[in-house]
This record gives sequence, C-alpha cells and structure tokens, in this order.
Amino acid sequence: MHTIATGNRGVAEAVREAKPGVVAAYPITPQTEIVELIAQYVAQGTMQATYIPVESEHSAMAACIGASATGIRTFTATSSQGLLYMHEMLHWAAGARLPIVMANVNRAVAPPWNVWADHTDALSQRDTGWLQVYVATAQEAYDTMLMAFRIAEHEDVLLPVMVNLDGFILSHTMQPLETTPAGDFIPPLSLPHAIDIKDPAAYSPLTGPEYYFGFRWEIERSMRDARQVIREVEEAFAGKFGRRYGPVEEYRTEDAEVVIVAMGTLGREAQVAVDRLRQEGIPAGAVRLRWFRPFARPDLAGREVVVIDRDYSFGFGGVLAHSLRATTPCNPYSVIAGLGGQEVTYADIAQFVRQRKPGEEFWFGVESHGDV
Amino acid sequence: MAEIPKEEYILPTTSACAGCSSSLCLRYILKASGPDTVLVIPACCTSVIQGMYPRTAVNVPVYNIAFAAAAACASGMSAAFRALGKKTNVIVYAGDGGTVDIGLQSLSGAFERETDFLYLCYDNEAYGNTGMQRSGATPVGARTTTTPAGKAHSRKDIEQIVEAHRPPYLATACSAYPTDLFSKVKKALTLPGSTFIHILAPCPTGWKFPPGKTIEMGKLAVKTGMWVLYEREYGKLAISAPSKAAMATPLPLADYLSPQGRFKGITPDQVQELEREIAARRERLLREAA
Repeated sequence: MHTIATGNRGVAEAVREAKPGVVAAYPITPQTEIVELIAQYVAQGTMQATYIPVESEHSAMAACIGASATGIRTFTATSSQGLLYMHEMLHWAAGARLPIVMANVNRAVAPPWNVWADHTDALSQRDTGWLQVYVATAQEAYDTMLMAFRIAEHEDVLLPVMVNLDGFILSHTMQPLETTPAGDFIPPLSLPHAIDIKDPAAYSPLTGPEYYFGFRWEIERSMRDARQVIREVEEAFAGKFGRRYGPVEEYRTEDAEVVIVAMGTLGREAQVAVDRLRQEGIPAGAVRLRWFRPFARPDLAGREVVVIDRDYSFGFGGVLAHSLRATTPCNPYSVIAGLGGQEVTYADIAQFVRQRKPGEEFWFGVESHGDV
Repeated sequence: MAEIPKEEYILPTTSACAGCSSSLCLRYILKASGPDTVLVIPACCTSVIQGMYPRTAVNVPVYNIAFAAAAACASGMSAAFRALGKKTNVIVYAGDGGTVDIGLQSLSGAFERETDFLYLCYDNEAYGNTGMQRSGATPVGARTTTTPAGKAHSRKDIEQIVEAHRPPYLATACSAYPTDLFSKVKKALTLPGSTFIHILAPCPTGWKFPPGKTIEMGKLAVKTGMWVLYEREYGKLAISAPSKAAMATPLPLADYLSPQGRFKGITPDQVQELEREIAARRERLLREAA
C-alpha cells in the first residue's frame, strides 16, 4: 500500500508485519509515536502481541530478555537517555544470545537537555554485542525493520539488532512509504536455547575463566558470520520486494576522487552535495554507511575522504572517522557536524569538501579549534 | 499438615555455606511448585549456590539476570509463557538487596502491572554474596562490613511497600518453618497475578552464629517477635500458627540478639528501637487480624 508516513510510523508498521509476541517499552521523545502506535494496534486487535508498559528502559530490555528466552519474538524501542539507561541489559541481551530487535531513535545525550538528532547515544553502545544499522528514509526504516528480525533470528547470528533512525529529521518527517505484507519473509523463530522445562538448564550462570572467553568468542564469530547473513537477507529482500540495500549505499563513487562518508540522514544530504560539487567540476561521491556493527568497511583506497560524524568520542575524535581510519587506508578530513540537531545543509556539506584538509578535524560552527 | 513431595529439585551439590538457610528454602519452594517452573534469579547468594558452569545443582530451568532486573525479566517471561499458552510458574528468587534496594523499582512496576508471577525474597538482612555489606533490610544495630559500628538506621518495611500494591497474596515465612513455607508457596501459585512471600533466612556466615544453629535462630526470630509469620489473602490478614503463640507470650529479645556476633556492641537505645519496631508491628498486625 502506498502511503505517506513518518519514520516512526514506518517502524511501527513494520513491527506489526513482523508479528512479535511481546513488546515491552517505555516512552521517550522522539520515539513515543512508535510505542503509541503499537499500543493502538494491540488495543485495536490488528496486532496480536502482548504489550508490556514497563516502568523504565532498564526494565523494558529486561522484560524483552525474559520474553525472548522462551523463544518468542520480541521488540522494543527507545532513544538517548533511555538507551543509556538500558546499557547493562544491552550487554545481557547480546551475551544471552537473544534475537531482540530494537528501534533506537537517535537523539543527543544530556546535559544540557536536547531532544534532537545525534548519534552519540547509539555509538556509545557499540561494544555491547548488538548489530547496529542506520537508516535514512521512512521506507528504509520499514524495510530494514523487516530484515532486522530475519537477520537477528538467523541461526548463524542469534544476536540482537538495533535499527537507528535520526530523531525528528526522520522520526517525525512525513515521507512516501510503501507497506507490503511480509508474508513468509521472516520465518518462524526457532530459538535453539529456548527455555524448556523438560530439559532444565542454568542460563548465564557463574562461569569461570576457563570458559568465559569461549562465550565471548562465540559472539564475535556470529558477528563475523552476520556479514554473510546480512548480504543474503538483503538479497532475499530485493528479490521479494524489489528494493535493494547493502552494507553501504554508494552514490556516484565510480569515478569519484573525493568521497563523503556519513551515516543516517546526513548520508542522504551528502548526495545532494555531491551533485552540486560535480556541477562545479569537483569529482565527488558519497558513501552512506548503513551497518556500523558488524562494521561495513567500505573500500576507500586511493580516494580523499571527508567523514561527517554526528557524534564525538571525547579525547579521541569522531567515532566514524576513527573507525574508517582503522579499517581502510585513508587519511580523512574529519568533520564534526549535526550534534544535537545542529542544522547541516547540502551547501554546508559541499563547503566541507571544498575546504578539506586531510588528517585534520573540523567542528562545524566552532570558531577556533586549536590543535587536535 | 501438607504432604511434602519426595521429589528433589535441589541436587546435593550446591556451593552454599555450611548451615545455609537459603538452599533449604529453595528445596521446599521447588517441592511446592513442581517441575513446571522457571526460577528467575538476580545477583544474590543463589547465583553462587546454584553451581558454576557447566554444572547446575538446580533441576528446573534457572534464568540468571542482572541485579535490578528480576521482576522485569519475570514480567516478560510470564507474558511470553501465557502468550504461548503455557501455565509455567515464573518464580523470582531474590535476596533482600535485590528486592528492597536495587530491584525495588522493577518489583513495584511488575506488581502494579499485575504480572502473573510469584516473587520470593529470601532475606538474610545484608548483601551476603559479596561478604555481608549492609542493605536496606539490615536491622538497626547490626554490624556488617559497611556498618562496622552497627547500622544506624532501621530496616525498610518491604511488606508494607508491597502491600501498597494490593497484591492478591502476600505472606511471610522463615526457613525454620519449612512446611509453613511449603503451604504458602502452594497457595501463592494457585492465585492469579503478582504474589509475594518474604522469607527470613538466617545466615550463620554473616550473622556470626554456629552453622548448626540456623533452625534455632529462625525459631528465636519468630518466638521473640522479631519476625512475624502471617499471610494476607486479598487483603485479609491471618497470623500463622507459630507466631500466634509467640505473640501471646514472646521470649525476651535478648534471646535472639545475644547468640549473634553481628549484634555485639548494639547500644541500649538501638535495642529499645528494635523493641519499639516489634511492638508497633505486633499491634498493627493483631489489630488487622482481629
């Protein structure tokens, strides 16, 4: 069905299609529309899930863990402070190998209070063992949500997946959306370690130094295997629904000498900047990184790179810039822009490219930078 | 008297301290619940008592979860079992720290939502697993490793906190009265919604009394009125038999305090404070039971 919808509605519609058995969630701006819609679907009977209106995000993830452990499909959504409050349970969900799917509406971290787009919330959870994907349109939010359940529940993965969408810029913006019945795209969940009272086991018990590392390695092995599963699921999605996604979205990169790399909506804005730069004779291209965990590792060899980070790791630098530096031969011009919803237009991005100085860091809007 | 099943769900391989009352309680709790049961266990002594991977001393599924999260985890698990058409008992077995302190918020949320589960707090009045630091359930005057001069504050009344959620069933029990505990667990599991049992679990290691005296210490707690056994079904209070007798002619409080190393050095003011607490609770419970 062709409609127009916010990114939040795209998420909620996809979750309804995925038919989770349990949704446990706590409201937070700008995620609220997702949980309100799901609560409405459940109340109307258009969704058969049990909706648990928990008293905190820590409990939201704990409830998802308890539900998922029985082998039922589970979903939650949060943002910013809520995601940070969940931190302990994010580690638990991944460590317990539970294929929970979560939408995180990216929002800045306080103080000071700020409810606008920023990736620091999700990037500060990067070592929790969750797969992380960043989307840029309502359609992509919808499509990626459907794929997220299939990827998380795949026997070679069995790890939770966090689908990230920018607060307000995407969560609250009306865009065209085509919703399609998912049919058999997401197979029934068959959790190999679901609680079985006929085969009692101790889950996550005290585990000594002779065994613990083995469980951690299994997470990493599955993270690596997830690359292939993601490719297969994205391919299957393209075959069934006609929309194709990959670990990254490339735009006019074939002959590009300078490539802009960004995540989320800024990655789309960068494509407009590329068109403008090309009109000026600058052979620019754009790479929008979708999968941050497992890290997509775009091939940037031989090109100049301008990275835009809507985040910062204090005392270190832009998280995406440093991730690229560590995984592909490049010496990026690191731009820190869009923090807390700071407006960044395609004209601004074009200017970042014109003023690029490989190896340097530039904070958009800050007068004096000093040395890195 | 209730018939206690012969089936054992606690295997004789726990890593509990000598004289541990918690593993004794769990033995009777699982006899009452039977095998269609999942235990949800936050960080507490039972995290250790159950045994280390790859072995377990518990013959029902045990779901270990983070300290603050037991009741929330149970909320999701109970909802999922019901959605799957299963009647499996979801039982939280948590210590006093995981109940009255760090787990209080998730406990409150789960009871407000009338989660279908049984929450058992086995209370040894301190953080036993980490070596006896004070908790919100430690009585005034008790020495712990973080109250070396004796605790300055009275313990939280978790029963009244839970009671404020109007659960269908709320009871107290003590490891020294296992058949009473067995009957109460049985009853709690027949009732829908959130049920709660607060179990006094004397701890020889932490309270500093000989491991052979665990049962005696539990009986003294009841006989002095320091612990009252009762049950409250849909609000209606009934004092349990052992406490009925004890409340008529209580033993002196000193009989309970003096054998315990943790009360060495308790001040006369603190003893009086404990006596005031006992008297106030006794008066309230007798009034409500009348």
